[in-house]
Amino acid sequence: MKVLVPVKRVIDYNVKVRVKADGSGVDLANVKMSMNPFDEIAVEEAIRLKEKGTATEVVAVSIGTPKNQETLRTALAMGADRAILVQATEDVNEDVEPLAVAKLLKAIVDEEQPQLVLAGKQAIDNDMNATGQMLAALTGWAQATFASELSVDGETATVTREVDGGLQTIKVKLPAIVTVDLRLNEPRYASLPNIMKAKKKPLDTKTPADLGVDTTPRLSVVKTSEPELRKAGEMVASVDELVEKLKEAGAV
Amino acid sequence: MSVLLIAEVTDGQLAVDATAKALTAAAQLGDVHILCAGAQASAAAETAATLQGASKVLVAEDATLGHRLAEPTAALIAGMAEGYTHIVAPSTTDAKNVMPRVAALLDVMVLSDVSGIVDGDTFLRPIYAGNAIQTVKSSDPVKVMTIRTAGFDLAGDGASTPIETVSVSDDPGLSEWLEDKVAASDRPELTSAGRVVSGGRGIGSEDGFEIVEKLADKLGAAVGASRAAVDSGYAPNDWQVGQTGKVVAPELYVAVGISGAIQHLAGMKDSKVIVAINKDEEAPIFQIADYGLVADLFTAVPELTEKL
Repeated sequence: MKVLVPVKRVIDYNVKVRVKADGSGVDLANVKMSMNPFDEIAVEEAIRLKEKGTATEVVAVSIGTPKNQETLRTALAMGADRAILVQATEDVNEDVEPLAVAKLLKAIVDEEQPQLVLAGKQAIDNDMNATGQMLAALTGWAQATFASELSVDGETATVTREVDGGLQTIKVKLPAIVTVDLRLNEPRYASLPNIMKAKKKPLDTKTPADLGVDTTPRLSVVKTSEPELRKAGEMVASVDELVEKLKEAGAV
Repeated sequence: MSVLLIAEVTDGQLAVDATAKALTAAAQLGDVHILCAGAQASAAAETAATLQGASKVLVAEDATLGHRLAEPTAALIAGMAEGYTHIVAPSTTDAKNVMPRVAALLDVMVLSDVSGIVDGDTFLRPIYAGNAIQTVKSSDPVKVMTIRTAGFDLAGDGASTPIETVSVSDDPGLSEWLEDKVAASDRPELTSAGRVVSGGRGIGSEDGFEIVEKLADKLGAAVGASRAAVDSGYAPNDWQVGQTGKVVAPELYVAVGISGAIQHLAGMKDSKVIVAINKDEEAPIFQIADYGLVADLFTAVPELTEKL
């Protein structure tokens, strides 16, 4: 079984995000970029499926700038077998929309014919939480989002999903799209020998034109601003004072 | 402008808080029809019909729509899309599962977690875990979106909106429900609770959450947790409050041992009164709290529980 894993290059989750003063977006100049953390979990799960003998090949795909090669090399160093870069833009500030990403992935799926696509549930930059579901719609495949447990069994996959109020377990027919949540696994660190080996693994480059996909955005960003923050209130010295204040405010 | 609002229906009942707040948002966009879909949805439709602000309630009842599986639910909604300018749902995990699929079936983008409406095409939404707010304008003929309901008021009740039945399309049969594991609790549901007590990494252990739970029970509050506490295994994921968890706006929010990472603040900053208890006086949570207490939570919280 072939597993396809889309990975996004995003601002590192430890970096403090700064909104540009002119409202044109978030400052991405000279900022550390990494693989989207949810996608790292997806890569890890795909590699574990291969180690168990369930998957035969793990293919990582990234859509964005030429720099996304670094993200793909990280996936290869973790254990993916080969990688595909879809070079959709030269500009790191241009976020390719989930609908366009899903269309590009659909074209890759048509070429590669994977049985399973494992994707992060959301990218930590645009927080849209959409690409997996959109790809499932375009392929007409089953979807299982927000996975915290996954087992693949011949023609089907059983997935436990993190939903409001608890967990839901569903069984989906393969091929299927599974999007992963935080608690599915803990991704491994790539070892130095594996980082060296990853440099020799195959990495193909394509363009949206090669795949016949129009990536014109449907949403335009009017402006990006700082969130409004509440003002600090007052400090109290003791639990008694807190109880008194809460009673005065009618909060208890 | 006419709007199809997808009601949140759980086990045949209407999730009133989520639906009534999303209705307030939807009503700003045009004439609203509310869709109640499920294996059983009639009771939910009857409740939805009492909400002020819609002109019609549509009910789609079919075994295939049980458990809100994405494929049949999205096929139903996409099949009904014609004539609507907006298709809207509250930002629940069910809606986040279904709505992007609906959007792609209609060849339009989805707008997730809309927190404000500028006009029929222009919306506000948080990005980067709430560290920035983006104003986006959609050029799509139909806007498919989920609404972050915390910032919208509840629609009133007392209406008697007419109810119509809609037919259900064939189930593609791609997925099958096996089991729900819903944490049984006598406490109020987190997103609609009037009071919430949340614990953070400062709680230090799963057992430590007991003092948070005792305070919550004294207040009749729901229990929440920061992502740090969930990642550390102290609390289950469905308690998570924040950009990657639930967004809440109760009358009273008590943050215990929570430092106040922006990702957490994104999930609770619309609360009416915020209390923070933390031993670190530099914790960012104090910058947004109405009442801050610098204290050891292991003595202060039990004392507070006793004195309330």
